[in-house]
Amino acid sequence: MTMLRDEALRLLARHVTDDIVVAVYTTAFDWIAIRNSPLNYIMTGAMGLGSSHALGLALGRPDKRVLVLDGDGSLLMNLGTLVTIAEVAPRNLIHFVFENGTYEANGSHRTPAHGHVDFSGLAQAAGYRSCHTFDDLATFANEVGGVVGEPGPVFVTMKVEPGLSPKFDYDYMHGPRVRKEFRAALAGSA
Amino acid sequence: MQAQVEAARRSETGVLHGRKIIDEIKASGVEFIPCLPDIHTSEGLLRPLWREPGLKMIRVCKEDEGVGICAGLSYCGKRALLLMQHTGLLDSINAIRAVGVEYELPICMMVGLLNKEPGVPPSQSKHYGVRVAGPILDAMGVAHHVVETDADVGVIRQAIEGAYAQGHPVVLFIGGQALP
Repeated sequence: MTMLRDEALRLLARHVTDDIVVAVYTTAFDWIAIRNSPLNYIMTGAMGLGSSHALGLALGRPDKRVLVLDGDGSLLMNLGTLVTIAEVAPRNLIHFVFENGTYEANGSHRTPAHGHVDFSGLAQAAGYRSCHTFDDLATFANEVGGVVGEPGPVFVTMKVEPGLSPKFDYDYMHGPRVRKEFRAALAGSA
Repeated sequence: MQAQVEAARRSETGVLHGRKIIDEIKASGVEFIPCLPDIHTSEGLLRPLWREPGLKMIRVCKEDEGVGICAGLSYCGKRALLLMQHTGLLDSINAIRAVGVEYELPICMMVGLLNKEPGVPPSQSKHYGVRVAGPILDAMGVAHHVVETDADVGVIRQAIEGAYAQGHPVVLFIGGQALP
């Protein structure tokens, strides 16, 4: 089973308040269409680094919860991040990976070992405090509130397929406006 | 007599002490140090940094993780310095390009120039990796400085302050073997 990514994100959005949300590539475009907020951090630059940016944010603002909406292709480019985050063990970091088995932003070519890699298993072995996997919306809807309330680092694998066809606006993602708005919003957010 | 004085002065200034580097790092307001070890700076700098109060060390698995971590911290008003070997710098070029240069963020890096010959400028090293690191940064428009001896450590604070004030990456090459 899999979930439509945008439907899963809509469920998640109900549990996001004034959190920092670090979202990467296609998931980022889905997310900002569903929940636009100046505390969305979509400017991760180099593929794979979303969770590393998030670790910096989590350390710099321990008073705020930081959610990462990672992609499986992105995480595969930076698997060491699981070990780094597990060692630092920030209690305010929740790391989602939206697994669709493809490099969706680059033509939807298949990722290595899709169907064999257990991302939550990797995170658990690395030392995340708790790990979950969801592949149906009903179960996710029932459990998401509890999952995002757990002390981090928490890892959540979301088995998804694309839902929305988001607008890929890379000029916006990489432009100065989002960085300026995020900086101001974070400074003003207690 | 004059020759003896000059020799003594060279002896005094021709070495690099990790203590002086650490003092400059702390005077720059740096609080976090993502790091990977480099044998060039291992005993004189990295090991003492772990014992230094007031600094938060972060072991990373790969150097470009540190670029992301420094970026996230910068939005929180926290200063960081990524410590690595020049091989890690070369491995992190795309992250520095995107996050440091294009996003105009103060990604500050201290980079051990493993194999650099004492007293020889990096550009004249017989080691290819040492020789090309600076020109690659020049091509990217990334500021860089060489800290070879104690006489050079003043550039550390100046470079870090400048990076945070103006929003740009900077590389501080450690050209000498840091002594404890």
